[in-house]
Amino acid sequence: MGNLKHMKLVMAGLIFYVVVQVLSLTGVLNGYFMVIINRSLIAVIFAVSLNLINGITGQFSLGHMGFAAVGAYVSGTFTTLLFHLNPHHSLDYLGFLAAILVGGVAASVAGFLIGFPSLRLKGDYLAIVTLGFGEIIRTILNNIPYVGGPRGLLGIPKFSTFTVIFLFAFGTIVLIRNLVQSSIGRSMLSIRENELASELVGVDTTRYKVLGFVVGAFFAGIGGGLLGHLLQIAHPTQYGFYASALILIMVYVGGIGSLTGSIIAAFSLTFLTEGLRVGIDWLRDTAGVPIGTEWTMVIYAVLLILIMLFRTEGLMGMRESKILIIKEKQG
Amino acid sequence: MTAVLSIQNMTHYFGGLKAVSEFSFDVPEGVIYGLIGPNGSGKTTCFNLITGIYTPTAGKILFNGEEINGLKPFRIVHKGIARTFQNLRIFNNLTVIDNIRVARHFTTKSGVFQTFLRLPSFKEEEAKVREEAMGLISLMNLSHRATEMAKNLPYGELRRLEIARALATKPKLILLDEPAAGMNPKETEDLMKLILRVRDEFKVTIFLIEHHMKFVTGICERVKVIDFGTTIAEGRPEEVVKEPKVLEAYLGRKAVVC
Repeated sequence: MGNLKHMKLVMAGLIFYVVVQVLSLTGVLNGYFMVIINRSLIAVIFAVSLNLINGITGQFSLGHMGFAAVGAYVSGTFTTLLFHLNPHHSLDYLGFLAAILVGGVAASVAGFLIGFPSLRLKGDYLAIVTLGFGEIIRTILNNIPYVGGPRGLLGIPKFSTFTVIFLFAFGTIVLIRNLVQSSIGRSMLSIRENELASELVGVDTTRYKVLGFVVGAFFAGIGGGLLGHLLQIAHPTQYGFYASALILIMVYVGGIGSLTGSIIAAFSLTFLTEGLRVGIDWLRDTAGVPIGTEWTMVIYAVLLILIMLFRTEGLMGMRESKILIIKEKQG
Repeated sequence: MTAVLSIQNMTHYFGGLKAVSEFSFDVPEGVIYGLIGPNGSGKTTCFNLITGIYTPTAGKILFNGEEINGLKPFRIVHKGIARTFQNLRIFNNLTVIDNIRVARHFTTKSGVFQTFLRLPSFKEEEAKVREEAMGLISLMNLSHRATEMAKNLPYGELRRLEIARALATKPKLILLDEPAAGMNPKETEDLMKLILRVRDEFKVTIFLIEHHMKFVTGICERVKVIDFGTTIAEGRPEEVVKEPKVLEAYLGRKAVVC
């Protein structure tokens, strides 16, 4: 009966999936809304995986989308090559799944490399290194003609359907939840709480900090791969500092250390971004106010300041929704 | 009695300041050993050296005959030395049971994949860790607090939690840094009983720093008095406190005349 413990979460996922699927098939949710929902689910993957690094392990990464870029480019290159090599398109889906995983692994290698400076750096200094890392990735991609340079990697086959993205997002939530609520996860949390005390109850803090980066980067790479196969393009500007900052804002708005919060914030902020874009377009075109979409970032900055002033702990604080907590036997 | 901890000519400098000067002493197995001395005399530095937070400038630290200086702190914990802190270092945003479970984590073998998939071997390990943690919690009279956030506990309970957490690493030697700091006389007395019980039930050696003279004379079997990084007296507590040098260090010269 062990599965009963997971039932609530599976039910919640199933209900979400069926409702969206039905609304989509009956035409209530048109293609435009489905794109936003798909992007929200990918944002969930990014936010939850960043939360593992920033919220659970207590490190500070500002270059999360750098990992996503690695995943998007590696998996995108992989599937486009596969398309050319295999004109009959047999086993394409298997190839796509393999590509996404390869992208994730490549990103986690990058996570391992960037995790190393975290052995020596703390707080602001680590933030600067990870910020630099994100920019380095972007610059490198801008300068490799093979992946399109500043034009971006074009013609990625469209494999990311709602079902695929949903399954990956759900899987990410379950796996990261399992990790957080385990001996490994508690070791990571203890580093956030008090690094010296953590070391002095026998936690190899270096190892778990790097592990946080590796696992976080892996899922970011998966998310990047899915995004590439949804938009059919991977472009250096999609993975710059603004994109990383947006994910960071999701984590802080949702509540540092709360996976539930990250999920809620990923959905709300993706919808809000789209709403703001529409609103700003209307203001410019109809009301004649001379502003552009870059103003969304200003609004997010204000949002972040408001959160810091009035609700430091974010929407959820460190609390989790009950359906995300693994029940333990009492006694 | 063999020495669990043997310190030989341990010296440590902070820049030009000699914080610890050629310390040599043995902590025999199974005793409650006290390290006392006025503020700034190098007691906590001594603990930080033993637990690997600092590496001594010179000298050797032997634990069960094995040299441990230069090892990383967590490796020293794995060898069997645990400690508590003068100003508590509790994982505030973890529950009481999780605070203790963290200290059992290094005995678990499940990797990331076993954890991701919650394989049976992983669940078995987790159940064992949980059971051990609950045992320690009830021993420390904290059962009613098991699932409470540590930050919500009163001071006396936090002190007990920190000792429970140290015990969870299954140490052979526990270093207690001013365990009675900030406690009232009743709490101090309970703590003395608890420390005696811990020593007997867990068969650990206890090495503690304390200012509280009554506490030290009450439970320590041997004490060492230091001042300005050098030893000024060593022996049984009731003898040591009568030494003129000790009185001088604590009270100043005039007090000796009185």
